[in-house]
Amino acid sequence: MAVNMIVCCKQVPDPEAPPAVFKVVNNKMTLPAEVKPVIGQYEEFALEAALKIKDTAGGKITALSLGNNFVRDVIKKSLAVGADELILLEDKAFEDGDSWSTANALAAAIRKIGTYDVVFCGRQSSDWDAGQVGLGVAEILGIPAVTLARKVEVTAGKAKVERVIPDGYQVVEVTLPAVIVVTSGIGALRYATLKGIMAAAKKQPVVWKPADIGLEPSKLGAAGRRSKLDKLFQPVKESKCEIIGGDTAAEAGAKLAVRLREAKLL
Amino acid sequence: MAEYKGVLVCGELADGKLASITAELLGCGRKLADELKENLSCLLASDKVGEASKEAIAFGADKVYAVEHPALKEYQADSYMQVAEKLARDVSPLVILIGQTSMGRDSAPRLAFRLGTSVTTDCLNLSIDPATKLLVQTRPVYGGNAQAVFISESMPQMVTVRTKAMSPLERNASRKGEVIPTKIDIDTSKVRTKVLETVKEEAVGIKLEDAPVIVSGGRGMGGPQPFQTILKELADLLHGAVGASRPPADNGWVSEGLHIGLTGKIVAPDIYIAIAISGASQHTAGCSGSKHIIAINKDPEANIFREAQFGVVGKYEDVVPAFTNKLKGLLAG
Ligand SMILES: Cc1cc2nc3c(=O)[nH]c(=O)nc-3n(C[C@H](O)[C@H](O)[C@H](O)COP(=O)(O)OP(=O)(O)OC[C@H]3O[C@@H](n4cnc5c(N)ncnc54)[C@H](O)[C@@H]3O)c2cc1C
Repeated sequence: MAVNMIVCCKQVPDPEAPPAVFKVVNNKMTLPAEVKPVIGQYEEFALEAALKIKDTAGGKITALSLGNNFVRDVIKKSLAVGADELILLEDKAFEDGDSWSTANALAAAIRKIGTYDVVFCGRQSSDWDAGQVGLGVAEILGIPAVTLARKVEVTAGKAKVERVIPDGYQVVEVTLPAVIVVTSGIGALRYATLKGIMAAAKKQPVVWKPADIGLEPSKLGAAGRRSKLDKLFQPVKESKCEIIGGDTAAEAGAKLAVRLREAKLL
Repeated sequence: MAEYKGVLVCGELADGKLASITAELLGCGRKLADELKENLSCLLASDKVGEASKEAIAFGADKVYAVEHPALKEYQADSYMQVAEKLARDVSPLVILIGQTSMGRDSAPRLAFRLGTSVTTDCLNLSIDPATKLLVQTRPVYGGNAQAVFISESMPQMVTVRTKAMSPLERNASRKGEVIPTKIDIDTSKVRTKVLETVKEEAVGIKLEDAPVIVSGGRGMGGPQPFQTILKELADLLHGAVGASRPPADNGWVSEGLHIGLTGKIVAPDIYIAIAISGASQHTAGCSGSKHIIAINKDPEANIFREAQFGVVGKYEDVVPAFTNKLKGLLAG
């Protein structure tokens, strides 16, 4: 069965940038220009989950992203690795939302797309880490959701999902359409092939504005929030690491043992 | 306008007993309820709740709603949500506290969206604003590179709380409270998922969460083998457990259960030895509660040295065996 899939992808500042470059200024996270935007890590895993299904069962993948001022080369990576279509909810009105307003806008866009068997989301965005949007979308659409998926197979109206639980996993069967929220362990997102990159360069993303998904601006972004961000701050952390040296690494290792005994840690 | 009253903890059972996260939530909930001059209640839903209700009272609850139903034996969202939503609507609390656990991560956002409110996940700190009486919710964001303070703009005010972030009250078996056996029907025809199989991959030996010493390896270990030899030998010597950052789990070098961090386990041992781990904030989020962190890394600039109290710069292949050997001698002598 050819599977219709939607993958929700967010553009975020590279979460792997060294912690020291993350600076809060006036309640906003400010990052130096050398920190490049990327597709969030768990959305990349979600894309890979969809691509694996397309490899075996065939089907169509629509990447869907909400934000503003997308860097085209970054977000078009979804097309380069094998998504068939890219829809951007791109407008100033979509900025500074919370999980509530984001899930509402994505759900409205998914309704407009209309045909889908699986909506893939990442378990949490790589910037705000809230871990809610996938479940919110499922609730709004009134479809089931399975979270923490690390393996997904689709057969005749159902998906079989390996879901991570503490100290193990479950195999869960879910009726489609469904939201599947992906965790790591599914495998890193494949590299784009040269052919994929060239094909993506020729495709233009479809851009939808608030009116296109039939939502009032008052329901979107910052205006549509149900929680208020009161303050963003960075607790001061003093670091005072005692580096144990030695003529060789092995000697340093032995000295570390002595030092930890001395300090009565071990 | 509905009237909102009290603080509700959505509790959990572990092996039939009150889960430690629930005792932590009750400890924090008690303080919030006292400050608000409100009641603290607790939902416990399982196939059998039993003595856990009394435990919840001993740890601070005024009221326990005990919901027993065969469909609640193993957590399944579509069954559990019917109970949680019904109870939340009936009780109509001001504040709902849920654990940032496997079950809480899956259930809290669903409940929030059903109730039409927001939830702030993974909170580390909660307090009551003296002026507005609203819940002030602090959680890490950007992988732990910053913290954000949120205020709900809708009721009830919902949060999930990170494990080990709050202290339980001293258990007091003479504390008075009321257990309310509550019957809630579950329409099993609305359950759209089916658990075909549950596979436990429990590690042999001491559990990661309980280990006083954790020897943790990262991507720099290069493969599965050193986890079973070099790291295991050190962990055994110290009566500790082996852990890992996310990449070794993603690569299948170790089981997913050993993955420590924001999206893995939260641990707080006496000693955490981070070996060939760069110290990304998403990793240290899971181990920063450790009493002492010791880092071994070949890169002197690695961020883990900002978190650690003691460190050695060098290749783990050279450093760790020498460290283990010396320690063996010292511990024997
Ligand atoms: C939303 C989100 C959630 C995440 N959740 C988690 C989480 O829960 N847990 C987690 O761990 N990560 C998590 N990550 C990933 C995290 O950002 C890092 O990518 C990850 O922690 C890096 O793991 P690492 O330190 O083992 O690997 P690397 O960053 O690759 O570091 C390897 C280190 O090994 C050192 N090294 C290499 N060879 C040797 C040697 N021979 N001897 C000594 N040292 C050596 C290197 O100098 C380097 O410092 C998350 C990321 C995101 C975006």
